[in-house]
Amino acid sequence: MTGGELHRQLGLADDELDRIVETLGREPTREELAMYAAMWSEHCSYKSSKVYLRTLPTEGPVVLVGPGQDAGAVDIGDGLAAVFKMESHSHPSAIEPYQGAATGVGGIVRDIVSMGARPVALLDPLMFGPLEEERNRWLLAGVVAGIGGYGNCIGVPTVGGEIRFAPPHSANPTVDVMCVGIALADGLVTAASRRPQAGSLMVLYGATTGRDGIGGVSVLASAALDETGEGSRPSVQIGDPFAEKLLIEASLELVERGLLEGLQDLGGAGITCAVSESASRAGLGAELDLDVVPLREQGMEAFEILTSESQERMLAIVRSSQLDEVRAVCERWGLATAVVAELVEGGTLTVRHRGDVVAAMPARSLADDGPVYERPLEPGSSPDGDDPTFRPFEGDLREAFLTVLAAPNVASKRWVFEQYDSVVQGQTLVGAGSDAAVIGVPGTMKGLALSCDGKGRFGALDPYLGAAHAVAEAARNVAVTGAKPLAITNCLNFGNPERPRVMWEFAESVRGMRDACVALDTPVTGGNVSFYNETGDSAIWPTPVVGMLGLLSDHRLRVPSAFARAGLAIYLLGDTFAELGGSEYAEAVLGSLGGRPPALDLEKERALLDLLHAAASDTLLSSAHDCGDGGLGIALAECAIGGGHGFAVAIEGDLPPHVALFSESASRAVVGVTPEHEEALVSLASRHDVPAARLGETGGPRAAFDGLFEVPVVELIDVYEGSIPRLLGETA
Amino acid sequence: MGRTTPRVGVVTFPGSLDDRDALRAVELMGGEGVSLWHADHDLRDVQAVILPGGFSYGDYLRCGAIAAHAPIMEEVAAFAQRGGPVLGICNGFQILCESGLLPGALIRNRSLRFICREVWLRVETAGTVVTGDLTPGETIRVPIKHGEGQFLATPDQLARIEGEGLVVFRYSSRHGVTGDEHNPNGATNHIAGVRNEAGNVVGLMPHPEHAVDPDVGPTGGQAVFASLLATAMARVGA
Amino acid sequence: MSTFTFEVLISLKPGLADPQGKAVEGSLPALGWTNVSNVRVGKHVRFDLEATSERDAREQVEDMARRLLANPVIEDFRILATESA
Repeated sequence: MTGGELHRQLGLADDELDRIVETLGREPTREELAMYAAMWSEHCSYKSSKVYLRTLPTEGPVVLVGPGQDAGAVDIGDGLAAVFKMESHSHPSAIEPYQGAATGVGGIVRDIVSMGARPVALLDPLMFGPLEEERNRWLLAGVVAGIGGYGNCIGVPTVGGEIRFAPPHSANPTVDVMCVGIALADGLVTAASRRPQAGSLMVLYGATTGRDGIGGVSVLASAALDETGEGSRPSVQIGDPFAEKLLIEASLELVERGLLEGLQDLGGAGITCAVSESASRAGLGAELDLDVVPLREQGMEAFEILTSESQERMLAIVRSSQLDEVRAVCERWGLATAVVAELVEGGTLTVRHRGDVVAAMPARSLADDGPVYERPLEPGSSPDGDDPTFRPFEGDLREAFLTVLAAPNVASKRWVFEQYDSVVQGQTLVGAGSDAAVIGVPGTMKGLALSCDGKGRFGALDPYLGAAHAVAEAARNVAVTGAKPLAITNCLNFGNPERPRVMWEFAESVRGMRDACVALDTPVTGGNVSFYNETGDSAIWPTPVVGMLGLLSDHRLRVPSAFARAGLAIYLLGDTFAELGGSEYAEAVLGSLGGRPPALDLEKERALLDLLHAAASDTLLSSAHDCGDGGLGIALAECAIGGGHGFAVAIEGDLPPHVALFSESASRAVVGVTPEHEEALVSLASRHDVPAARLGETGGPRAAFDGLFEVPVVELIDVYEGSIPRLLGETA
Repeated sequence: MGRTTPRVGVVTFPGSLDDRDALRAVELMGGEGVSLWHADHDLRDVQAVILPGGFSYGDYLRCGAIAAHAPIMEEVAAFAQRGGPVLGICNGFQILCESGLLPGALIRNRSLRFICREVWLRVETAGTVVTGDLTPGETIRVPIKHGEGQFLATPDQLARIEGEGLVVFRYSSRHGVTGDEHNPNGATNHIAGVRNEAGNVVGLMPHPEHAVDPDVGPTGGQAVFASLLATAMARVGA
Repeated sequence: MSTFTFEVLISLKPGLADPQGKAVEGSLPALGWTNVSNVRVGKHVRFDLEATSERDAREQVEDMARRLLANPVIEDFRILATESA
């Protein structure tokens, strides 16, 4: 059975089928249809997003590996590279939150390992609908348990992330996972560096292959198979973190011993993707024998073996002379091995099963030459609400302040991050709950500062600004630790790109990301696009999420977020403007979404980043905290809560008090400075052209806003720490 | 020739996670860390053995149940029988209970969730290979990170454990007060760690190996490792 | 030699607190069942065993259960033999 209506059931468009026929010079076999359907899917081919992604800045002096490989890599000095990437697993998590999130972790970790890096940190930006709804509580609990259940079991600390709650995510939770690893800079495993040769072998190792994830191509099943029913074709992959841990150790041992010409993990589109991409990158073809693949199920057909997404499998490219050694390493770790393919000259991927050739096509046509679309765009209009900036404040300011502090988007996420092992590997210098996590680089005095940021509410009001803000905020979160922001990975979460409105949101977001990355000198080393995050009429807001990686040349110079002592002078770096659009205040107190996001002056942002870096290097700062969600008042409260010290500040200027406190103007940081360093800081700020306003001092048991209100620090802690547990029906 | 640093072995089982961290702690505190492999019958001449934290065999069937039958465990049992110091941390504690080298068992945390946070531990006895440098009643701060840390024992075992002073650490407040609010996982009698009668085998759920480096957290584990290394040193040449 | 199929049911000893059972019990009323109590969650292990006789097989399974499948400190077990193949 080939061609006809079948291709449509597999998700291939008519013109895509035409392209296949043209490429092959004939009608495709069942197996070939399955392979193209998988590889040319949106998820694997990026066909709707490629034209835009190509506009992102991907090069720079520190970039060792840019987009197009399993993960990106930057030079961090001392002969080392930081390897990192973010991916989404939102759709599976909506169905089965635990396993969807768990297998998401598994996949991204394997991407890092396949570059030859040891995974050293995980971060997870997550978005759910409001916690008042039981289903969202169920999703939150399941996803967090899944990330913890998998991440904790493989010995990679989960040190950060983001959790946001917004109505559009009720039907479409967003689950993104970022992994960071460390490798020797000249030990990175890429086709360019390892140069796989014809005659080299492709060794599949790890778990056996079953029918996981085949659902979509099940229309190709022969009649006999239909009788086994749904049960044999699970739509949800089950992760086995124990197998993953063994896979990580075996793979890193193979890397260390120099036994590899290539390494690739099996993720979306399984063996088809791993073999075709590896061959294509090497400029070669491959002969693949499906009979050799170790199977978990009886009677699997060729198309099933080809597209199975069974977890915890890797593909190594090995010179035949080193095969025995490779096998020995895998056996020592209890992993099965199978030589499933051989690299050959020419570019053809030939697939055999039970003696027959079931597929033969140019490897490039699967991996690189997929369709590229320029879908129609149509600008959208922003949400209907009024601009909250000009609405006069009504009510009690103290109460409004505590309401914002208790808002789920602002309040402590301790309930979540205490379910993650943030300690394993012994390198976590700063864990979750701060601006950026800081991980030590073993054998050096260096630190990696890591942050994930992406505020869908800003994107809803203006997709261009929303994306630019995501980059700026991530850079700022990294910079307040004293680190220099180096590069980003990203996850672009959007609705259905076949809708011109969504495609426009995507295009605008990429444009915003591009401009910010260029201005802040943080190239994009890779990332992921997640489309089709919509159910019926409800699409998520444009939600680009940025994962920023920064470098501390000496981690002893890192700057904490919170007020660690009394008697510090508190300064606000940067300017506050009347900008309440998209703010936490507007949502938590006014219940509305409207207006414009805060402006973003990328030059000013750059100046702030440079100032923070210089001030940290000169050890002028006792603390530094990004002034972000919730505004200045919340930032000050967080510094008090984290350090246990109150403060007394006077908010001066022309802005109405509620605007001064809750505006989320960009390019600002709240810093604590010892009296003897004040003059130097003010002078340094002036040289960087960054405004520095002295707000007051730390000390005492209260957070006092002069002339406005005060709150005991213990009450701040109770509100901030208790909010999420209370919403979940638990005691803190 | 006199050896000046004791050799401390750390066993790696399939799925062990904090083995490298334990080795690092041994080295930081002045010992020589020696890697031991689960499938070997060779303790490589060490003066002390650590069974580290992690998820050996994925925690499948029960935590530590499969690892308890690893070939190396025969040697560890014989070593313990001879009075050799053995420290089981987290999963290592679970493995010691499953092998019968320590009384009791560990089951799922009462909250049913994994918990990673710092806790205070009250030292109950100085009479073990890891508390020689500590004083009963003293409290130390160390991290916990586990999903199955609730200590249980049969009524007979519990009577013996309490009666013979086999409890080594209890979860407590900073000032040594025990209570449910200081007990992170519901462990019976707030028990965080126990010893065998001879005091040479100790298991605890918290992670002292993650509490020796002031850069990353509290340092309550320094005294634990100092005690272990001192005990090991005394066995050099034994 | 014949092949026998065994199932071993492993449960927490009575008297031990079972947090999983409690959590399950707590979830049932929300679904409409308020008439359920005493929920205990255990394990079920199923396997094929080659032995010369059912009696010999059963002895082996008991040994297996005592030494590995169940922890006698906290668990009891029960053995069910299903059909021999």
